[in-house]
Amino acid sequence: MAIAAESLMAAPERGISELRRQRQRAAMRFLLPMIVALLVVAAWPLMRTIYFSFTNTTLSSLDGGEWVGLGNYLNWRTLSSGRVIYRGVLADPQWWNAVWNTVYFTVISVSLETVFGVVVALVLNAEFRGRALVRAAVLIPWAIPTIVSAKMWGWMLNDQFGIINDMALSLGLISQKIAWTANPDTAMAAVIMVDVWKTTPFVALLTLAALQTVPREVYEATRIDGINPIKVFFRVTLPLIRPAILVAVIFRTLDALRMFDLVYVLTPNSAATRTMSTLARENLIDFDKFGYGSAQSTLLFLIIAIFVVAYLKLGRLDLSGEARR
Amino acid sequence: MKKILAAAVVNALMCSTALAVEVTYASGITGDGVRVFQELVKPWEEETGNKAVLVPMPSSTTDQFGQYRLWLAAGNKDIDLYQTDVIWAPQLADHFVDLSEVATDIAEQNFPSIIESQTVDGKLVALPLFTDAPALFYRKDLLEKHGEDVPETWEELTETAKRIQDAERSEGNKELWGYVWQANAYEGLTCNALELIKSYGGGQIVEPDGSISVNNEKAAAALNLAATWPGNISPEGVLAYKEEEARGVWQTGNAVFMRNWPYAYHLGNGADSEVAGKFSVAPLPSGEKGGTSAATLGGWNVAVSKYSERQEAAISLATYLAGPEAQKRRALLASNLPTLEALYDDAEIAEQQPIIPQWKEVFMQAVPRPSAPTKSAYNEVSSKFWNAVHNTLSGKATAEENLEILELDLEEMKGSGW
Repeated sequence: MAIAAESLMAAPERGISELRRQRQRAAMRFLLPMIVALLVVAAWPLMRTIYFSFTNTTLSSLDGGEWVGLGNYLNWRTLSSGRVIYRGVLADPQWWNAVWNTVYFTVISVSLETVFGVVVALVLNAEFRGRALVRAAVLIPWAIPTIVSAKMWGWMLNDQFGIINDMALSLGLISQKIAWTANPDTAMAAVIMVDVWKTTPFVALLTLAALQTVPREVYEATRIDGINPIKVFFRVTLPLIRPAILVAVIFRTLDALRMFDLVYVLTPNSAATRTMSTLARENLIDFDKFGYGSAQSTLLFLIIAIFVVAYLKLGRLDLSGEARR
Repeated sequence: MKKILAAAVVNALMCSTALAVEVTYASGITGDGVRVFQELVKPWEEETGNKAVLVPMPSSTTDQFGQYRLWLAAGNKDIDLYQTDVIWAPQLADHFVDLSEVATDIAEQNFPSIIESQTVDGKLVALPLFTDAPALFYRKDLLEKHGEDVPETWEELTETAKRIQDAERSEGNKELWGYVWQANAYEGLTCNALELIKSYGGGQIVEPDGSISVNNEKAAAALNLAATWPGNISPEGVLAYKEEEARGVWQTGNAVFMRNWPYAYHLGNGADSEVAGKFSVAPLPSGEKGGTSAATLGGWNVAVSKYSERQEAAISLATYLAGPEAQKRRALLASNLPTLEALYDDAEIAEQQPIIPQWKEVFMQAVPRPSAPTKSAYNEVSSKFWNAVHNTLSGKATAEENLEILELDLEEMKGSGW
């Protein structure tokens, strides 16, 4: 503001274009710190990771890596028998198992969170005594750090001392103690359950904010017309809060695709729950295959980027639909 | 006047820092490890006026290793000393100070094999603090009550555990399990499975000459037996148990047998333990009647970081902790096995921690993990191995199949040499 005013007084006769240039320069000055910060904390590490993925770098000597081209992604050798053997991340069954685990986790957990989140938001949107208290209480799972809630659930799901088994046993729901996090059949379900518990409040919060913006008159009109509440929800409420839900789903999906902490803390490091992030970390640090792990990180980045682009496209379609209405 | 005052202040500050240095010590914590550490360093703190600050880490060696590798790769100056696992020396040697000159006399009192395991290309990477070899913990009272003997083979253990478990459960002791051990997918499973396979005569995964021996009938037989345990004599959750989870079941009185390290001996006899005075230890069972039993060699050492800015004080603490006074204190406080040969004849230790003199023979014959022949690939070899075992135990495929895949993977990793 100050700069703009100054330039107006200093050179009123030089016209609008000079003023605009001044403003642009001012804008650049204000934006510069943020651009630098983004370059340092986002672009530089990303570029470095991508660079490492084309080398055979190890963690012990970060600068000692040699260029191997696409070798970490895919390479092949022809055996003397003429058979061709493929190696690299793209030919690694562990990687594809991790991709499958991550996508499976993402689809199921985000779907459940969206449904539960909307239900919770609808309840909280109704007027009842003590609503403020309930709203605050619902947010608690979201406020607890993931590591803490993972440890907490780890003990609750513990097969011998866990309260979940104890309650289910005394209610007669199960006949013997279940090792929720250890058994490969239930481990993924346990992770999904804890994640749904933790992040449903996030979806609920965003949805609730959108619900509050729906004008009261709309509901009054439907009540006068005597329309079935279920129909009101699907025909009136849902279309109006759809942009907010979409934003929540995008955030949740991106978060779920890089799932790390819950799986790492809650379950044994086995094929049943290993995600892309935990596999990449294992290669980067435990196995000292920094180049190979970087290739996995880069692929993870690409997969997330594809999802973002897809969602942005979807979101824009939706927005233009809104504009037409 | 002002100048003099300022100089005096500076002087005082410098003196006080020179007098009292704070050194940081990163170590995994099991049981009452924090209290033990504080008790241990007290004499050193009093003598030198320095302070030793413990940086507690998770008890899983795999988790510790990941963090330490990151810190060391970044040249972290905040940590002066690291407590290192016996298998780490070849992988982290570059980041630690050579202690061979400052600790010549301590090195001479140690068992030569342990000093050798911590020496990389002539450099003494870390000083041994205590050694470890697992034991079979058994409930004297329950064995006596049901007229059973301490099992000598794994088959016998399976049967005895099953019989006592069934009998006790029919008497209303519903929570009781036959055998608890460590089968989470981590370094500890490598230890558990290695000693099992070795006791069956199935080799030690990778032999000292670097050849891969793991795919054989005896190893498969051993793992197939172990695969019958979860859900039968062991809780199914054993597939997610590490040392502390197993000790939890044991110490609440809910297990007949436990495989664990000697640290659980003194904790099991603690005031809050349900099994205090009711248990004893024996060497792990063997594969066949009259065969030899095997125990995986464990143990912890102290290393001084190359990046430390307080190296003098750090080295002083390291040599104190590895010396006879501290090792004896540690043996009495935490039932850890000393690495100094003379302490096995110590009367006080023999009286207060009878497990220690008994254990000399066991650890003398302990099997090392293949960290020496596989060098920097050890972590990946171990991870491939524990994954193959975990898959077998959770019933994903038979031991034969998993071991064959494992052999293929290892052959490929090895290439023309480790």
